Amino acid sequence: MKFLLKHIAIAFIISAGLLISACGSGGSGNSGALNKTAAEKVFVAPGEWDSHYAFVSGGFSGQLAVYGIPSGRLFKVIPVFSVDAEKAWGFNEETKPMLTTSHGFIPWDDSHHPDISQTKGELDGRWVFINANNTPRIARISLETFETEEIIEIPNSAGNHSSSFVTENTEYVVAGTRFSIPIPQRDMSIKEYKGNFKAALSFLKVDPETGHMNIDFQILMPGFDYDLSHPGRGKSHGWFFFSTYNTEEANTLLEVNASQNDKDFIAAINWKKAQEYVKAGKFKTMSAKYTHNIYENSTHSATSKMETSVRVLDASKLPGLVYLMPTPKSPHGCDVDPTGEYIVGSGKLSASLTVHSFTKMQQAIKDKNFDGEAYGIPILKFDATLAGTVQQPGLGPLHTEFDGRGNAYTTFFISSEVVKWKLGTWEVLDRKPTYYSVGHLMIPGGNSGKPFGKYMIAMNKITKDRYLPTGPEVCQSAQLFDISGDKMELLLDFPTVGEPHYAAGIPAEKIIKRSKKFFKLEENKHPYSVTSEAETKVVRDGKNVHIYMTMIRSHFSPDNIEGIKVGDRVYFHVTNLEQDYDVPHGLGVIGAKTSELLIMPGQTETMVWEPKKPGVWPFYCTDFCSALHQEMQGYIRVSPRNSKVKLSWSLDGE
Amino acid sequence: MKTSKLFMFGSALLLLSLFVLPLWNITLEAPQYPEPLGLNIHINMLSDGNNPNDVKNIDLLNHYIGMQHLPVNMPEFKIFPIVILVMSLLGFIFGFVGKRALYLTWVVAMALLGLAGIYDFYQWLYEYGHNLDPNAILKFLDKSGNPMAYQPPVIGTKKLLNFTVHSYPSYGAYMMTLSMISAFVAFIKSGKEKE
Repeated sequence: MKFLLKHIAIAFIISAGLLISACGSGGSGNSGALNKTAAEKVFVAPGEWDSHYAFVSGGFSGQLAVYGIPSGRLFKVIPVFSVDAEKAWGFNEETKPMLTTSHGFIPWDDSHHPDISQTKGELDGRWVFINANNTPRIARISLETFETEEIIEIPNSAGNHSSSFVTENTEYVVAGTRFSIPIPQRDMSIKEYKGNFKAALSFLKVDPETGHMNIDFQILMPGFDYDLSHPGRGKSHGWFFFSTYNTEEANTLLEVNASQNDKDFIAAINWKKAQEYVKAGKFKTMSAKYTHNIYENSTHSATSKMETSVRVLDASKLPGLVYLMPTPKSPHGCDVDPTGEYIVGSGKLSASLTVHSFTKMQQAIKDKNFDGEAYGIPILKFDATLAGTVQQPGLGPLHTEFDGRGNAYTTFFISSEVVKWKLGTWEVLDRKPTYYSVGHLMIPGGNSGKPFGKYMIAMNKITKDRYLPTGPEVCQSAQLFDISGDKMELLLDFPTVGEPHYAAGIPAEKIIKRSKKFFKLEENKHPYSVTSEAETKVVRDGKNVHIYMTMIRSHFSPDNIEGIKVGDRVYFHVTNLEQDYDVPHGLGVIGAKTSELLIMPGQTETMVWEPKKPGVWPFYCTDFCSALHQEMQGYIRVSPRNSKVKLSWSLDGE
Repeated sequence: MKTSKLFMFGSALLLLSLFVLPLWNITLEAPQYPEPLGLNIHINMLSDGNNPNDVKNIDLLNHYIGMQHLPVNMPEFKIFPIVILVMSLLGFIFGFVGKRALYLTWVVAMALLGLAGIYDFYQWLYEYGHNLDPNAILKFLDKSGNPMAYQPPVIGTKKLLNFTVHSYPSYGAYMMTLSMISAFVAFIKSGKEKE
């Protein structure tokens, strides 16, 4: 009875608290005509532009969605790791190599953490990088074309979760491994995990001109699970921090067995030291098969190359390369503040946040203030690196971002809220509920040296009753907050494509001027392109037939083709001759076992069609291009294998 | 040197800018063209007025209503540069000679040539707007039941189907006007100067 009374009393206190806070917000809402309502703050009038871009990962959709902020309008879904029939991504001949891996062609992945390239610690708006979790890869997306330009596979990795974060001059984009595995892979008993499984953290060098990536080196680490990472910046530039869990090295029922240690680690990697070791030749060259796929805008085509080796540095054997900072309770997020001084570890099973100091870490390393070692890697004393603790801010802290005004914002999955707190004093300043169970949050530039601290977006895993029901599967959502004032203000929530796992945001003016309008026809180097109708032709090469076709409002050239035979492999190489903004054309062919083609002005794409039956088969333009769009169509005649019909093609009888 | 002479040399010099600057600009506005299409008319060529590929895109749209392609070669593109060059040369010569009557002659000649040019421009626009392919995709009739013509105005604004067409002098024409004013100033000044 006493127990019950106590609970009722607690419930009463909580509801009283809610009442007070509700009154508080009601009061500020009425504080004068100068205060804009939430609706006004997110209203972007028809024809007006949003002030920010948000690149929101699709999680298990494998793609990257582009939203406008503050309106929450969806502009585009950029196909990255999953095929997309709408855009022929992974279906046309040009993009199939992009999804090729050492395991063969992979049509799907799980895309998690987009990160925008930086120069001098500021977002430069050139590229977005994003990781594939399942078959470990990192992609680079151009913010000129808003298309995926490069995908590189990560060897010795499994569950590439702790990526793809960039250093402050985009020297490196980093990949990790959530699973430890036998390195190199081999047939062995799972029970022998402990001490035998290893992890590799990969540092991919980014060419400052082209953006092309290559794996500079991997660091071989103990067999923990590497969860998230962030670069040092400013004073801590040259370091990279990775959170770990399962330092127990359990191989089964991890939810229990990996939650036993009171503290796991944040691993601090000195990548400048790593560069020195590489220079000094202290690496091992390991044979490893992984693909490197590059899409070229000049040929409008991708090539896939199989790489064969990688340089590996062993953290257990190279002093000064890695230090471990004990951090309570399976830290998930590992976030570095804009100055580079604070490293926030979110112990996801803990009720408080642990903040490490880079300055103290440096001192502890100098003083050799160690608390033993793990596989030869020094463990720094917990108190020696601790800057402070945010006490009892909520339950289940996951991720932290920063507004550039000395405040941090942390998501709490279990208590479903975002909490604002102050760096240095560690006091909680504000909290707002999320609907429901927030994962990541994003402040544009919130993980760079210069955040744009006006908006914050919380990304929720569960929506339940927040929208009109759509059967058992309902959307996930993003919630937009105004964080320019003392208190966070919820402005908008909007459903997203797939799982909005994480996002990267940037002021629109950093991108819009560079956004490409169309591809110049004279720069088209596609081997099967033609630049005028006069050059169109059909060429037979054994059973392969190549149709060099063009499209322009509102016809194909040629649009009558004869002499194709059952069993032929027909390549429609189609060039869009338009040279104007927003005039794509499409191609659909009856019975084609791939997707449509959707071809931008000046671009060439190829569809393979294998007719199985004699007849006269139609094709048409799939993108409503003009007033005569419905007339944009043609026929292709298919004759029996032994037919004598000669190969011919025409437009308007010519 | 006399001020009037300087003005006359100035006139001759200003005229040469026509080899760089367009004389006229025709701009086509429509809802689907938030960045309007544009055509620049130079003494020696037509060029993209507002965006790259404007000429190509105007031709592309015009094929629906059966208009001919914009000309790459016209006799005018050969004649106009010669006329301008000759007039500029005469301007320099007249400036050296420094006779008041020559200044006026130059201004009047330029004015007449300008008028002739505008008349020629009108002729071309008429031809361009009326000479339609009988197999045009879209055929419209005007109020009196005749095939609709798509002749842009010589100067001013006109609605042609979904397009609002603006036709106005461009930088070259302003330079030419300035050149004539300068020559006229030379004429006035030389009257006040002592021989």
